[in-house]
Amino acid sequence: MPGRIAVSDRAAALWQTATLTEIRRETPAVATFRFAVPGWAGHLPGQHLMLRLTAGDGYTAQRHYSLASPPDDAGHIELTLDHVEGGEVSGWFHTEARPGDEVEVRGPLSGFFAWPGDRPALLIGAGSGVVPLMAMLRHHRSRGLDVPLRLLVSARGPEELIYAAEYGAETTAVFTRRAPEGVPVGRLSAAQVAPLLAERPPGGWEAYVCGSNAFAEHASRLLVTAGQPVDRIRIERFG
Amino acid sequence: MNVTRGFTGRPRVHLPGLPPGQYDAGDDWPVLSAEVTPDLAPADWTFRIDGLVAEPRSWDWDEAHGLPASVYEGDIHCVTSWSKFGVRFGGVSLDAFLDVVRPDASATHAVAYSHSGYTTNLPLADLTGGRAWIAWEYGGRPLPAEHGGPARLLVPHLYFWKSAKWIAGLRLLDHDEPGFWEQNGYHARGNPWEEQRYSGD
Ligand SMILES: Cc1cc2nc3c(=O)[nH]c(=O)nc-3n(C[C@H](O)[C@H](O)[C@H](O)COP(=O)(O)OP(=O)(O)OC[C@H]3O[C@@H](n4cnc5c(N)ncnc54)[C@H](O)[C@@H]3O)c2cc1C
Repeated sequence: MPGRIAVSDRAAALWQTATLTEIRRETPAVATFRFAVPGWAGHLPGQHLMLRLTAGDGYTAQRHYSLASPPDDAGHIELTLDHVEGGEVSGWFHTEARPGDEVEVRGPLSGFFAWPGDRPALLIGAGSGVVPLMAMLRHHRSRGLDVPLRLLVSARGPEELIYAAEYGAETTAVFTRRAPEGVPVGRLSAAQVAPLLAERPPGGWEAYVCGSNAFAEHASRLLVTAGQPVDRIRIERFG
Repeated sequence: MNVTRGFTGRPRVHLPGLPPGQYDAGDDWPVLSAEVTPDLAPADWTFRIDGLVAEPRSWDWDEAHGLPASVYEGDIHCVTSWSKFGVRFGGVSLDAFLDVVRPDASATHAVAYSHSGYTTNLPLADLTGGRAWIAWEYGGRPLPAEHGGPARLLVPHLYFWKSAKWIAGLRLLDHDEPGFWEQNGYHARGNPWEEQRYSGD
């Protein structure tokens, strides 16, 4: 399996207060939450954090969330949350949270799914699985990197495509249920993956796959079939 | 305590078998591996124990199945905060393998490694005394590939990342050597009852 990037244990062990400063709607079920975290140690695109909410009786709920913002957004981080039906934490964010609220975070965590911007990156995500990949795309743009980067993003329909307005020529969107006029409907297939592998950038692609387990299995199999080495595929499964 | 305004959480029932910070996943069994699920047939599976042992050796599928069968019935706990109650795994107790290779008195730790290159470290004491298995059945059926089939390590009293999927071997050492997630900031031991999630916990 691919190697990993060293992460600071000390930053990851520490709970910090994050103050919500802004909420941006992305789709009917998804919103981005921006926080001020003055002591944030920085992160690599692709890393996630642990978030904790505490009830009045001391009960806590902890969940993992990918960092959507690039590392250069100093003192601030952004998370993008899908409103999960009956979800305890995403439910609080989507129905209760407002600017000024405080939550706790610890991280960044995991150096495995991280991309420092060094190697050509082939990114494949579905639903909220596009969040850590967006941090990579934003990093690529804000640093003006010229290493190749491609994004394949799958959504049920155009209205459910997170960050729709931000994609450029590097991105291909795949719609599984409803598509705009003239765009085919269907799940991600070899037809989208093969041409990207055929590009063969110098040194080859580092592939990052993120989404549900079913999507991760499907997309990683397409990559292997198309010739991507298994030890250069990194997977993050949201469950 | 940093109370979150407006957060009450779900109505809670106290489940005695649930370690702190965990929830009951019920029938769900989330898959959390960072790699491509390998295509590994039972005929190609092998399991090896070497390092600080009197007689290093490897077993193939049939040889491993020749050892006395052993079942684990109980709970499992994943660091991502789900737990599963009353699961049933079938396989062979790790003690049966260790009896054959005879660990040296100097062996204190083991690195478990998988056919995909994943590694995780464990104190030897967590692998002996009927507390660890090589498992190839789940609920009476072959263990599915995405859950580590044909065979995985099973150390149910620790967080589940220690139970290496697609287990290929154990190397016995006289020191602790962090594995894949441990080098990624996770705790060296991973006891769910002490919430040993990340290093520093
Ligand atoms: C590394 C990683 C990164 C992630 N990044 C993101 C991200 O960027 N954006 C994002 O939206 N999500 C992300 N997730 C998923 C996220 O961690 C949560 O799983 C998700 O937000 C749901 O949490 P929740 O509290 O809203 O729902 P939960 O309350 O956890 O519910 C989820 C499901 O489990 C059931 N359930 C859970 N607990 C109970 C219980 N006690 N009783 C009954 N039913 C229960 C619910 O009914 C529901 O179907 C990520 C996950 C991982 C592992």
